[in-house]
Amino acid sequence: MKNPITAEEAVALIPDGASIMIGGFLGCGTPLRLIEALIAAGRKKLTIITNDTGRPNEGVGRLIHEDRVSHVIASHIGTNSETQQKMLDGTMRVDLVPQGTLAEQIRAAGYGLGGVLTKTGLGTLVAEAGEVVTLGGEQWLYEPPLKADFALIYADVADQVGNLTYRFTAHNFNPAMALAGATVIAEAREIVPVGSIAPDAVKTPGIVVHHLIAKA
Amino acid sequence: MSKDIILRRTARELRPNTLVNLGIGLPTGVANYVRPESGIFFQSENGLVGLGPRAVAGFENRALTDAGGGFATAVPGAMSIDSNLSFGLIRGGHVDTTVLGGLQVDEAGHLANWIVPGKMVPGMGGAMDLVACANRVIVAMQHTARGAFKIVPKCTLPLTADRRVTLIITEMAVIEPTEAGLILRERAPGVSIEQIREATEAVLIVDGEVAEMNLAA
Repeated sequence: MKNPITAEEAVALIPDGASIMIGGFLGCGTPLRLIEALIAAGRKKLTIITNDTGRPNEGVGRLIHEDRVSHVIASHIGTNSETQQKMLDGTMRVDLVPQGTLAEQIRAAGYGLGGVLTKTGLGTLVAEAGEVVTLGGEQWLYEPPLKADFALIYADVADQVGNLTYRFTAHNFNPAMALAGATVIAEAREIVPVGSIAPDAVKTPGIVVHHLIAKA
Repeated sequence: MSKDIILRRTARELRPNTLVNLGIGLPTGVANYVRPESGIFFQSENGLVGLGPRAVAGFENRALTDAGGGFATAVPGAMSIDSNLSFGLIRGGHVDTTVLGGLQVDEAGHLANWIVPGKMVPGMGGAMDLVACANRVIVAMQHTARGAFKIVPKCTLPLTADRRVTLIITEMAVIEPTEAGLILRERAPGVSIEQIREATEAVLIVDGEVAEMNLAA
């Protein structure tokens, strides 16, 4: 059984300058309570690994708006003009990564793999910044594993041992990130007694979840 | 009605009983011209095989969105998936056709559609994966951008992939990039080859008859 902790207690574990994976896709499946708690606790100089940065002052965009982030690794920032502006100004470092590459780099870290070889990005700026390898006469782009100090996960249902399920398109990066963070903190829509979730429905085993946020 | 021509013509390119990914923006509208009995499943790369129309107001579910973040629906037989499976479907070649917009396409059939350095930096999202890995890549776009050429000898913007796209469909023409260059295959009703050439900076090869687009549903 997990001991429920508050979002405030959870973010007290996270120091300034930490690298943090945050689940979600344009705010869908994003742990909003944890994001607000990070802001309230005054955390800053964070490195954020996330698919996008939401919209201005919404979702992960809250952290951007409040100037808490010094480095973003994401696949798409087109919906957040503030992220784009900070990138163009040079006030925040932004690394843009193809979405499939980002997902697989995170999975590689969590699965103990040495990285991935992909065709995505060959012949583009992505390959110029990376490493092209030739195997059996065929070219591939090597992408190293990507891990983080923390992973902040949003689940649909959690049970009291931390088993997690996800709903519809709110899975996105959450299951992969739950294996790639050194410390994994999950926020769920609902927490149910152990045994309420059928084993086949569990997508993230509670044993990899370090902290489960108490209900709001 | 130029948009309507692009959407109708593009819809005719989709093959029955395949997985199709439509980009955000103009390409999304192609779904409106696809018959349900076609057996086509639309992928939403944020995590759905079997994307349906936009959600009806009042029946939105905050956990069911499309790749643009809009409230979506799922069709019967749909499956929700995580990003790894979603991009495994793309990278593994299980997506038969992807339809994307373009900023530039050139004589080599190369597409640029993800960044205008120093000005617009939306990022590539899933576009590089889709263009590099889908079986067929269709660029569906306006022929020019407010008078500026989009079909050019060589892309000046950073490429999305080094792969030659399958087809370019605009409100004026259907163009097939080949090893020999860009072949003008079809023209829109009432549009002449000369008009298409005037709107195209790249060399267009006319190889036999340039048929009028079939826009039947």
